Amino acid sequence: MIAIQPSRRRLLAAGAASLAGLALAGCDRLSASPSFQQFIGSGEDLTFDAQRFLLAGQPLAREFPASMISPVFKSNGTSMPGSDEYQALADKGFAAWRLIVEGLVARPSSFSLDDLHRMPARTQITRHDCVEGWSAIGRWSGVPLGYLLRLVGISPRARYVVFRCADDLENSLDGSGLYYESIDLFDAFHPQTILAHSMNGRPLPIPNGAPLRLRVERQLGYKHAKYVMRIQLVDRMDRLQGGKGGYWEDRGYEWYAGI
Amino acid sequence: MPTDSTLPAGSTRSAPRRGASREVIYRHSVVVRVTHWVSVLVISLLLMSGLQIFNAHPRLYWGAYGADADKPWLEMAALNPDSDRPTGVLRVAGGELRTTGVLGVSAGESGAFTERGFPRWATLPGARDLATGRRWHFFLAWIFVANGLVYLLVGALNGHFRRDLAPTGAQLRPRSVLAEIIDHIRFRRPAGEEAKHYNVLQKLTYLAVVFVLLPLMVLTGLTMSPGIDSLAPWLLDLLGGRQSARSIHFITADLIVLFVIVHVVEVFIAGVFNEIGSMITGSYAIRTERHP
Repeated sequence: MIAIQPSRRRLLAAGAASLAGLALAGCDRLSASPSFQQFIGSGEDLTFDAQRFLLAGQPLAREFPASMISPVFKSNGTSMPGSDEYQALADKGFAAWRLIVEGLVARPSSFSLDDLHRMPARTQITRHDCVEGWSAIGRWSGVPLGYLLRLVGISPRARYVVFRCADDLENSLDGSGLYYESIDLFDAFHPQTILAHSMNGRPLPIPNGAPLRLRVERQLGYKHAKYVMRIQLVDRMDRLQGGKGGYWEDRGYEWYAGI
Repeated sequence: MPTDSTLPAGSTRSAPRRGASREVIYRHSVVVRVTHWVSVLVISLLLMSGLQIFNAHPRLYWGAYGADADKPWLEMAALNPDSDRPTGVLRVAGGELRTTGVLGVSAGESGAFTERGFPRWATLPGARDLATGRRWHFFLAWIFVANGLVYLLVGALNGHFRRDLAPTGAQLRPRSVLAEIIDHIRFRRPAGEEAKHYNVLQKLTYLAVVFVLLPLMVLTGLTMSPGIDSLAPWLLDLLGGRQSARSIHFITADLIVLFVIVHVVEVFIAGVFNEIGSMITGSYAIRTERHP
C-alpha cells in the first residue's frame, strides 16, 4: 500500500493541472493549423461517404402534422437584403423578379414568380435544423428542383447546382460577401428538394427568404439558401467565390451538412 | 510463464511480496487498458468540443422544435449583454442562478467579460469557433465509436462482461447491496478475496455507463443529424423529438462527467498509484488482511 504524502498529492495535482493546461494550449494550436484541420476534416469525409451509402434509397425527411408548426419561424442570417436592386424588387412585390437558370444547361432560361406558381408544386411540413442547434417546423410549398432541372435540360457534365442569392451578410462592396450555396445532383433530384415560394400557406416572407428559397430537407439550415436570384449548373466549385461551394463553407463550415 | 495478455483478468501473477499482507493479481486485460485510455482522451475532447457546439445556442428545449421564441428548460444568458460588466445567469426550470465568470458571461478573446455559455477553458477550441468545434467533435466521434466497438466485441467474446461486470446473485441480494452502500459511506476498503472482484455498486455503475450512458450519447448524437433522421425517423420519435434528443445528449454528457468525478475520487480513495498503475500495466496489488 502506498500512502500519498500531502506534498506528493500537491505535486500530483499541480502536475495534472499543468498537463491539462499544456494539452489545452496544444489543442488550440493544432486547431489553428490548416493541415491539422484537414486531418480532423477526414472525419467529415467518412461521414459523407457513410451517409451517401445509407441514404442511397433516398428516404424522405419526416413530415409533420400542421399542429406541430412552430408559432414563430426564426429568421437567421439576413432578414432584409440591403441592396437597392433587392429593395426595388421587394417594393413591387417581386413582380419584376426573374429566376435565372444558366450554366451547363441545354436551355438557359428565366422564370417569373407567376411562372413558378403555375408549375407543379410540392407542399411539405418539415423541420429546419440550424447548425447552431435550434430547430423550427414550417410548411413549405414550391417547385421541385428536379422538375425545373428537367425543364431546362442539364448537361451530362453538370455535377453541382449553385444558388446565387441577394443577401450580403458582410455588406461587401465587391460582392465577396454575397450568399451562395451548392448541392450535388443526388440531393437536387430528391423529391423533397424544392424551391419554396410559400411558407405556412402565405407568400414567403422577406425575413425567411422572399421571393424564393431552397429547401434541401436532409441537410442543416445554412444549405437552405434564401433570396435565390440565379441558379447555375457547374462541373466544379473551386472557381466560385471562396471555392468551397458556399458562403459558410468558405468560412470553415462543411460543404456536406447532413450531420 | 504466461504473459499478461494470456492470463485471465483476476488471476494471481506473482507470489505475495511483503509477507502475507500483499498479493499482486492481473486485473485488466490489454484491450481494457488501451480502450480505457483512448476513452479518457477522446471523451475529454468530445466533451470540450461539445461545449463549443452548445455555446452556439446555449438554450435547451423539449420536443421536436425550439428556437428563440420558444420556452427553453435550460438557458445560459447575459442579463445586460451590452454593459461593461455583464451579469451571467443560468436559468433552469424556472430558477435563476448568478454565474458570472463561468456560465452565461466569461472572459472572451480580448479578456473582457462577454456573453458565452461555457467559458474558454472548457471549450475546444477556446475561442468561439463553431465550425472547428464541429470538425473536432465528428472526427472524435468516429474514434469513440471504433474504440467502443472494439471494447464491446472483445468484452463479449472473452467473457469480460459476464465474468467481471455481471453482478452475482449473491451480490444482488438487498442485504448485500445495503451492506455495500454502508461500506462505501464509511470509506471501508475491501481486502483479500473480496478485493479481487468488483463490488456490486461498481458493477452496476460500470454496466450503466457502458450499456446505457455511452450508447445513449451515440444515439442522441446520431439523431441530431438530419441525414440520419430521414433514414430512421422512428429513433427521433422514440427520444421525443430533435430538441429533446439534444437535451438528452447534454444531460447524458453531464451524467458521464459526474461518473468520471466519482470514479477519480474513488481511485484516490482506493490508492491512486495502485489503481492507475493497474490500468497501465494490468497488475493490481491487493491486501490480503483486512484493516478496519
